[in-house]
Amino acid sequence: MAYIDLRNELPGIRGPMVYRPETGKVLNELAEILLHDENNTLSRGERELIGTYVSSENDCFFCQNVHGAMAQHYMKSDMQFIDRIKKDFQATPISAKLKSLLAIAGSVQKGGKQVTPEQIEYAKSLGATDREIHDTVLIAAAFCMFNRYVDGLNTWAPQDRQIYVDRAPMRAAEGYSQAGLVK
Amino acid sequence: MPYIDVDKNLPGIRSLMAFRPETAKPLSDLAEALLRDNTGLSRAERELIATYVSYLNDCFYCHNSHGELAVCYLDGNRELVDAVRKDYRNADISEKLKALLQIAGKVQQGGKSVLPENIENAKRHQATDRDIHDTVLIAAAFCMFNRYVDGLASTAPKDMSSYPLRAKQVAENGYGPHIYSTAQPQASSEEIHA
Repeated sequence: MAYIDLRNELPGIRGPMVYRPETGKVLNELAEILLHDENNTLSRGERELIGTYVSSENDCFFCQNVHGAMAQHYMKSDMQFIDRIKKDFQATPISAKLKSLLAIAGSVQKGGKQVTPEQIEYAKSLGATDREIHDTVLIAAAFCMFNRYVDGLNTWAPQDRQIYVDRAPMRAAEGYSQAGLVK
Repeated sequence: MPYIDVDKNLPGIRSLMAFRPETAKPLSDLAEALLRDNTGLSRAERELIATYVSYLNDCFYCHNSHGELAVCYLDGNRELVDAVRKDYRNADISEKLKALLQIAGKVQQGGKSVLPENIENAKRHQATDRDIHDTVLIAAAFCMFNRYVDGLASTAPKDMSSYPLRAKQVAENGYGPHIYSTAQPQASSEEIHA
């Protein structure tokens, strides 16, 4: 049960977003631009995967399942493949460039200063642009916020992982701008 | 030196915001909603929470920038801001704010580090649900801002006299687009890595 009376029964981040719509609206706008906006050379699947991996490293059940299901939807894969990426992305057949960005995201999760010049140079050598590196760092940093918001208030999360998979196509179609605030 | 090609005349998060205005908008709106609100928690208390978390995250630019904002709202009481950074338990602040800083420190470690007794303690000292909500989100947001600033190796002005001047601008004008479109006032051209 959440640590404060959210005055609604919505799961995960949606509870506090509805509780405090002034900040909920802005958090959704950030998610929309980082994860759903089409004006990006990183695919939606790649960006959701970065969010999923960081959420998994932060042990946030709600976020890693919401965004894992989104990545699964965009990449037309299955839950097992997403779980393998969370567990050991280096051993999966994703691109070397995406692996280099996930490595940067993993460092951001530990702390900003953990990112090394070598990691950045390596990502650039594989074709990552400045903007892709920027977005990778900000997505990873943003999930260090979202995850703490969700777990720091002890919000509840559905335990059946299929629920998240079933909701993903709707969220992919609608985007995040109004996410959770009404439905 | 920053890891990406940003405007060298802008420091810290401001150089990153200018690089990507699309994300700068919700980031500055978030800072405005969380730090400029005056309901329940004062602006000074909100900036103190932000300063403390940034200090724990060892983010030089953020803990100095927001520390100066707190000094500004506290009528120049820099000693109090330093005391909160170093040992808030013995600082001359309310028991309620101490309880909220404890929660913020837990959020900095990780969401699951916040314990029911931390929340009960804050409620016992008259923290409202909204105070607790805002404390958790301010702390979480600075775990983002700090990582954004240091994860891209943005620069921080080493001329410490520029921070109070900058703080005054934000105290007067809020966290609008001016924060990534105007240069640090009287900043030294020399910069150091945060």
